[in-house]
Amino acid sequence: MNVCILSGKGGTGKTTVSVNLAVLLKTDYIDCDVEEPNGFLFLGPEHVTKENVPVDYPVFDKTKCTLCGNCASACEFHALANTKKSILLFPELCHGCHACELVCAPEAIGYRQRMVGVVEHGEAKGVRCARGVLNIGENMAVPVIRRLLGSLAPAKHRILDCAPGTSCNVTTTLKHADAAVVITEPTVFGLHDMSLAVELLQKRNIPFGVVINKSGGTDRLIEHYCLAHSIPLFGRIPFSRTAAQAYSRGELIGELPEMKSAFEQIARNMKEAFAWN
Amino acid sequence: MELTIISGKGGTGKTTVAVALADLNRNAVKADCDVDAPNLYLYYKGDDIRREPFSGLKQAIVNEALCTDCGVCESVCRFDAIAGHTIDPLACEGCGACALACPQKAISMVPQHDADVIMTKTDAGMLSRADMAVGSEGSGKLITLLRKNAREVAESGQWIIADGSPGVGCAVISSITAADLILIVTEPTLSGLADFKRVIELSEHFGIPAAVCVNKFDLNADVAEQIRSYSKEHGVPVIGEIPFDETVPRSINELKPVTQYEGSAAGDAIRLLWQKLNALTESIMHKNDAEKGAS
Repeated sequence: MNVCILSGKGGTGKTTVSVNLAVLLKTDYIDCDVEEPNGFLFLGPEHVTKENVPVDYPVFDKTKCTLCGNCASACEFHALANTKKSILLFPELCHGCHACELVCAPEAIGYRQRMVGVVEHGEAKGVRCARGVLNIGENMAVPVIRRLLGSLAPAKHRILDCAPGTSCNVTTTLKHADAAVVITEPTVFGLHDMSLAVELLQKRNIPFGVVINKSGGTDRLIEHYCLAHSIPLFGRIPFSRTAAQAYSRGELIGELPEMKSAFEQIARNMKEAFAWN
Repeated sequence: MELTIISGKGGTGKTTVAVALADLNRNAVKADCDVDAPNLYLYYKGDDIRREPFSGLKQAIVNEALCTDCGVCESVCRFDAIAGHTIDPLACEGCGACALACPQKAISMVPQHDADVIMTKTDAGMLSRADMAVGSEGSGKLITLLRKNAREVAESGQWIIADGSPGVGCAVISSITAADLILIVTEPTLSGLADFKRVIELSEHFGIPAAVCVNKFDLNADVAEQIRSYSKEHGVPVIGEIPFDETVPRSINELKPVTQYEGSAAGDAIRLLWQKLNALTESIMHKNDAEKGAS
């Protein structure tokens, strides 16, 4: 079973919950937030292998190219421009779709690869972990996420730590989701952005529950919402300055005595709700 | 002066800082560029004086009456978005290769209604924002449009304060390209630091001037010091340090800028940040003018 951890809003604790649950439940941990992957900071995996993620881009055979411009017209991403002297490529806009090749009558287009990120695999604390890292300056995280999710070893259970938001980075990961957990915080922002994540999960018919992080005892905002929408609340992680400081040092807060029971409860409720065994 | 606020890591306080700076600069045009999880607009009431549909990318749609199930579309799709002749809208990137390759011309590329682009007139100036459908594509293009709309309503000398999104990918790149200055709001945690370094690298990659604000600077003195020294090595000034302050979550829940709470330590720190920001932007504008003069 693949459980996606998402939130809508950034910084609510997706990675904190993901790494702690993965260690507690001995599942694989997959960091799909490739723009800002932080899970490895907490797990410190060893024997990390790295593999580059390529994206194709077109190269033009000038002896064959007639400068007809069909390739530039076909490119939905505006990655090609016909300057009348040559075809100009904006590589960071190119998705590597090969549409240009399909419309090139003189067959003047070939392809090379550029690297847009890396996929890493390692192991820590008995947990197999993997992540993608987007190269700085690259626009597109999706090819890195897709390669990451295509590179995984068979596993019974995985925790997939998603990117914030609800657009393509998240939907690409959700393709692999059997279930999900939404992490929120008891603020107007937390509720607002969580409702977007909920809408996305409901659209995709993915079963899910909610965890309230940085709970201060007054979580009525979120509780009311969950009750009104019949969403199970898996648990809450109390706000604690000690935990915030432990987190800031890259420690697993689930191992703190005052946090242990909170994570155990979340794990128990999650396993029960998703019939995970 | 167009200022974009970004952070790398999410939840470090971008919107809190953006709305407080806008409170100290009543005249500013605001742009909510975190289109995935927009929170800035929640602070403002006003009238939507413009609302237009926006289409990011197209999507392939198969005309069943013409399809002969030949399988050509599936074979040309590089995104594993076609099985048989059924298109998976989640995986389709809208490239149109299938439509070009289909011998029956049974596939058309249809623009999607991804968002509404809105200009809101608030009590505190104009706000450029979007209402995006969840799971939509093309947020980079959408952000570029929101910034263009903000520039159109901004009068000469008026600031634009853009609240960006977390990350370093297309949404962030679209919100910072050609901005006058980016303000990086970070926090002293190992995650915050790791993401902060990636954002500094991004600003260097695109050659955009940056300044730093450390939020909750008193949470971890060691990491806060690492942020300061990394900034110094990269020639990026730290112009704000905001202490941990219980008023901040309260201000979020009451949807009021933290600068409006008397005695708030965070509010005071942001006032100081605003002064330093002014001094910094003046020198940037001078430099820009000098460059314009020279060319």
